[in-house]
Amino acid sequence: MANAGPFHRNAWSLRMSSEGDGVWLYAIIAAESAGGVVDGLSGVAGEEIRLVAADGLAAVVGTVPLYEFGAEPLRRHLEDLDWLATKARAHDAVISAIARCGPVVPVTMATVYLDDKRVRTVLNTRHGEFLAALDRVTGRDELGVKAYADPSILASRDEPSPQKSGERRSGTAYLMKRKRELSSQEHAYRAAAAEAERLHAALMKHAVDGKRKPASDPSLSGRDNWTVLNGTYLVEKSGEDDFRKAVAALQETTAGIELEITGPWPPYSFAGDVMNA
Amino acid sequence: MTEVLPADNNRRIALVDLLDRVLGGGVVITGDITLSIADVDLVIVSLRTLISSVGSLLPDDDDDGGGYV
Repeated sequence: MANAGPFHRNAWSLRMSSEGDGVWLYAIIAAESAGGVVDGLSGVAGEEIRLVAADGLAAVVGTVPLYEFGAEPLRRHLEDLDWLATKARAHDAVISAIARCGPVVPVTMATVYLDDKRVRTVLNTRHGEFLAALDRVTGRDELGVKAYADPSILASRDEPSPQKSGERRSGTAYLMKRKRELSSQEHAYRAAAAEAERLHAALMKHAVDGKRKPASDPSLSGRDNWTVLNGTYLVEKSGEDDFRKAVAALQETTAGIELEITGPWPPYSFAGDVMNA
Repeated sequence: MTEVLPADNNRRIALVDLLDRVLGGGVVITGDITLSIADVDLVIVSLRTLISSVGSLLPDDDDDGGGYV
C-alpha cells in the first residue's frame, strides 16, 4: 500500500520514488455520488480502483508500482506506443465507467502521488475549483466532431482547374503546372478555413461550449484528407440527439467534406477550464 | 478491461482521438510525479515518427501533384 509517511519535496525523494507504490489519479467526483461506482473496476496496472475521500469530494485512484509508474520509468515508457496505448485505454476505461454513473472531472493521464495523504491535501486545497468543475459538467457529455476535406474538391469548387490533357513536360509547362497547383492549393486552404469556421459556428449553437483543437497530422489520423476541423463540444445529455442531427444536417449540405463524430466522451476537454481560470 | 460496456459498443476509439483527450485534456493537477507538456510533445513526436515510418512501407502515391501535408 502507499506509504503514509511525510512527503519530502526534493529531487532525492523523487529519484527514490521508483521503489514502492504510488497513487495514480483518474478522476474527481462528489463523495455523495461515489457509492459503489468503483466496484469491480481495474486500472492501468490491473489494480483495484478505490476512492480517497475528503471534504465532500472523492478521488478515484489506484495503487500502482513505482518501478513502472515512477517518474523515470514513465518517461521511458512514453516512447513505447503499445504501452502508451494500453495505459491510455485503461485510464479512459476507468473514467468512462465512472462517468456513466454521474458527473466526473477527468484528470490528465499520468498524475501520480506518493501516498493517499497527498491526494487528500489536493482535494482540500482545490475543493472550490473541483466543485465548480463538477457543476460545469453535470448532465453533460463531450462530443468530438472532425471534418475531413478532399483538397481537390475544395480547390475546384468555384475555380475549375484548367488541366490540359496533352501538356508536355517542358520546363515552362512544368512551371505553369506548378504555379496552378500552388494557386489552387492556396484556394483550397482558404475554402477549408472558411468551411471550418462555418461548421464550428453551426455546431456551437447546439452546444454549451466548444473548442477547436489543433488538427492532427494527416499521418497520425491515417487519412490522406485534410482535417479542416478538430472540434470538441460540451453538450447537454438531453440535447445529444439534437446535436447528432445537426451534424447529420451539416453533412447533407456540405460538399467535399466528411464529418465524423466521436464520443460521448467524459468531459476531458472542458473540466480543466475552471481550474485554469 | 475485456468487459464490453454498452457505451463502448458505438465507440470505436481511434488512438489519436484518445491520446488527444487523456494527455491533452483532463484537469492538470501537479502530482508528485506528473508528465510535463514537454513530455507530451515527446509522445507526439515519437508517434509521428512511428506512423510515418509505417507509411513509408506503403507503395508510393503516383500522383505527383499530391503534395498536401
